[in-house]
Amino acid sequence: MPKRVLLGLLLACGLTAPVLAQEPKTGGVINAVIQPEPPGLMLALVQNGPTQMVSGNIFEGLLRYSPKLEPLPELAESWSVSEDAKTYTFKLRKGVTWHDGKPFTAADVLFSIEMLKQTHARARTNLAQVDKVEAPDDYTVVFTLKQPFGPFLGIFEVGSMPMVPKHLYGGTDWKTNPYNNAPVGTGPFMFKEWQKGSFIRLVKNPNYYEKGKPYLDEIYWQIIPDAAARSVAYETGKVDVLPGGSVENFDVPRLSKLKDTCVTGAGWEFFSPLAWLWLNNRQGPLADKRVRQAIMYAIDRDFAKDVIWNGLGKVATGPSASTIKYYTDDVKKYPYDPAKAKALLKEAGYKGEKIRLLPLAYGETWQRWGEAVKQNLQDVGMTIETIATDVAGGNQKIGDWDYDIAFTYLYQYGDPALGVGRNYISSNIAKGQMFNNVEGYSNPEIDKLFADGAIATPDSKRKEIYDKAQKILVEDVPVAWMLELQFPTITRCKVKNLITTGIGVNDGFKDAWLDK
Amino acid sequence: MKQFWKSMLKSPSGVIGLIILLLAISVAVFGPMLFPNSPWRMVQRPFLPPFTVSTVPLGTDALGRDVFAGMIFGARVSLLVGLVSTLVALVVGVPIGAMAGYFGGKVDDALMRFTEFFQTIPSFALAIVLVAILQPSIYSIVASIAVVSWPPVARLVRGEVLSLRTREYVQAAVVTGQSNSWIILREILPNALSPVIVLASLMVATAILLESSLSFLGLGDPNLISWGYMVGAGRTVIRQAWWITVFPGIAILISVLGLNLIGEGLNDALNPRLSREGR
Repeated sequence: MPKRVLLGLLLACGLTAPVLAQEPKTGGVINAVIQPEPPGLMLALVQNGPTQMVSGNIFEGLLRYSPKLEPLPELAESWSVSEDAKTYTFKLRKGVTWHDGKPFTAADVLFSIEMLKQTHARARTNLAQVDKVEAPDDYTVVFTLKQPFGPFLGIFEVGSMPMVPKHLYGGTDWKTNPYNNAPVGTGPFMFKEWQKGSFIRLVKNPNYYEKGKPYLDEIYWQIIPDAAARSVAYETGKVDVLPGGSVENFDVPRLSKLKDTCVTGAGWEFFSPLAWLWLNNRQGPLADKRVRQAIMYAIDRDFAKDVIWNGLGKVATGPSASTIKYYTDDVKKYPYDPAKAKALLKEAGYKGEKIRLLPLAYGETWQRWGEAVKQNLQDVGMTIETIATDVAGGNQKIGDWDYDIAFTYLYQYGDPALGVGRNYISSNIAKGQMFNNVEGYSNPEIDKLFADGAIATPDSKRKEIYDKAQKILVEDVPVAWMLELQFPTITRCKVKNLITTGIGVNDGFKDAWLDK
Repeated sequence: MKQFWKSMLKSPSGVIGLIILLLAISVAVFGPMLFPNSPWRMVQRPFLPPFTVSTVPLGTDALGRDVFAGMIFGARVSLLVGLVSTLVALVVGVPIGAMAGYFGGKVDDALMRFTEFFQTIPSFALAIVLVAILQPSIYSIVASIAVVSWPPVARLVRGEVLSLRTREYVQAAVVTGQSNSWIILREILPNALSPVIVLASLMVATAILLESSLSFLGLGDPNLISWGYMVGAGRTVIRQAWWITVFPGIAILISVLGLNLIGEGLNDALNPRLSREGR
C-alpha cells in the first residue's frame, strides 16, 4: 500500500511538475476592473454578477467546484452521503475564524441557511428538497432530504450559499445591519474600503486557515463606467485584470495581442452560459418541427463563434452545455446546411410568412449577431423582420409570448436539474415571466424524464435519463441552441493561478499570485 | 422656366450641387441593380481593409459585409427619407402657414401658438422621443422628421402670405368675389413659392442628417441599411477599422453639401435681382 501511494505521488509530481515549475511568490497588489459597480457587497442579500465577483473573495461557501464541477473542500473539509442518498453529512474545517476573530462553527451554517431561505431566491429553490438541517456537534452539519436529489452537492458554491456570521447577524434586521457596508466573512481577503464610483479595496486576511494563502497583499477593484475607458485603463497599465464581460468583444483581439497579456475562456464552467433562440412553438410556421429544424440547419453557428465572438465559445449541440453534468453529444447533429434547410421548409409548406426576430439589447455584439442570423434565415428563403427594442421591452414581449424568434442566454449551474429542465418542462409555462418555458414546448415524456432525473439514483441512472431527454429535445428543437458562451478573462501574464476553479474570478484570488 | 434654368446653370454652386444630387439619385435608383445581393450578406472575411480585394473595393465591416454595397443601398434609404419627410413637412406646413397669413386674427394666433408649441421643443430631442415611442421603423422615422421640420415652413409661408395679402392683384381678386381657397391657391401661393423651394432643398439636407443621427444612435430601421447606421455600427471599432465609418461618413457629407449648394443655386436663380445686386 505505501508503495502504491509513493508511486501515485511520483506520477502526480511527474504530471504536474511543468505546471508547478514556479513557486508562488508572496506579496503584491492587483488592480482589477469591476463592471458595473455592485449595488452592495453583502452576498446573502445581493447576488448580482459584480457582487459575486468581489464578495466571493470575502465570503466562502462550504464547497467550491473544479472546472469539471467536482466538489472541492472549502469550509467543509469532507462530506459523506448515506446509502439511501437522503442524508448528507459535512465535516467542517477546524480553526477557521471570521475576519473579526470569532470562530466559525456549525451554528453559523445553520443560521446562514435560515437567513438565505428568506433572502436568496435561488438558495430557497435549491433547498426545497431539504427536510431538516442539524448540527450534532460544532464541526458537523447533517442535511436530511425529503427524497434523494441528485444535484444536491452542486448547491454549496459561495454565490449560491455564502456563509454568514451568526454573531453579527443573528437577531438583527438584516437589511439595515451595519455590517452590510463592511462585510465580514471567512474568506482570504477582508473588506477595507469602498470609495463609491472609484474603487473597492480588499486586503489580505493574515489569519487565513490555509497557511501561506492568500499570496497577494491587496486587491483594488477599479470602477470605470465607460467600456472604451476600461480598455484604455488596461492598455495604460492602470489595471491588470479584466474579468469576463468587462470589455467589448471586438476589443478582445486587440488587447490580447498586447505584450505580456494572457487570455483565457476558462472559469465559467459552473455557470456555463448557453445562448439560444427562443422559438415560439405555439403559432405560425414555427409550430412545425420541420421549420424549427430548418432554422438549426440554416444558421451558420461557426461563423457566429469565429467572427462575432472572436473564436471564443463552442457551438452548442443541444440543451446542455458540454461543461455540465450528464452532457451527451450523442444526439442529432445540425451542421450548417442551407440546402437541407430549404428542403425542410419546402416540405413543411412554408410560403414566406413573415417571422419576427427580437435581438438581445445587450450591446454591439448581440446586435451584430441578430443581423447575421437574420441574413442566414433570409438566405434559405424565410421572411424575417427585426423588431428593435430595449432590454425591458424585449423581456416583456418574450414573457407575453409576443414574438416568433428571440435571442437569450441563460446560466446552467452545473446540473440539468438546476439549470436545464426549467426551460423545457410544461409545468414551467407561465405567461408574464421570463426564463421559464417561454417557447411553450410541451411534451409529457420530457416532463417525466426531468421529474425522474432530479431524484433518480445512482448517477448512472440519472445519466441514462438525461441522455434520453437530450436526444428527444434535440430532435424536437423547442429552441434553437446557438453557442456555449465564453467570456474571456484578460490578465497581465504575471498574474498567475487566478482561474483554477469552475467559478473562475468569483473565488479566484484565493490562489492567485503575482510574478514580479 | 427657361430663364430659371439659365440662371441656375450660371451659378457654379448650383451646378455642382445638381451634379452631386443627380449622381446620388442615380446611385440610389440604379445602384441596387448592379448589386443584386443584399448589403447584409457576409461576403468576405471581416475587417478586410479597403482596396485589397477588387470585389469589395471599400473593405468589409465587423461581420464581413461589403461596405461599398452598404453605401449604395444606404443612398436609397437616406435620400428617400430626406425627400419623403420633406414632402410631408411641406404638406403640413404650407397650408398652416398660408391659412395663418391669409386669415390673420384669431386663426393666425391659434395656428402660430400651435406652431410655437413644436418650435420650443429641441427638434432632435423630440425626434428621438417620437421614434423611441413609435418603435424604430422607416415610417416612424419619416413621421418624426416631418413633425420636427414643418414649423419653419409654416412660419416662412405665413410671412410671405402676409406681405402678398396686401398686394393690389390680391385685393382685386377679393373684390371680384373669388373664393378664399381660389385666391390662396391661384394668386398667393405661386408667388410665395420660391423661398419655400429654397427652404425645402435645405430641409432635405437636414432630414438626411437627422436620419443619420437617429440611425447612429441605434434608432434606425433595423431592417434597412443606412449611412447613419453604418457610421454608428462602425464607431466602436474605429480604432481597428477606420474605413467602416469613414466612407459612409463621406457619403453623408457630400450629399448634404450637394443639397446645400443646390439651395444656394436655387436662391440665386429664383431671386435674380437679389443675386445681381447683392454681389
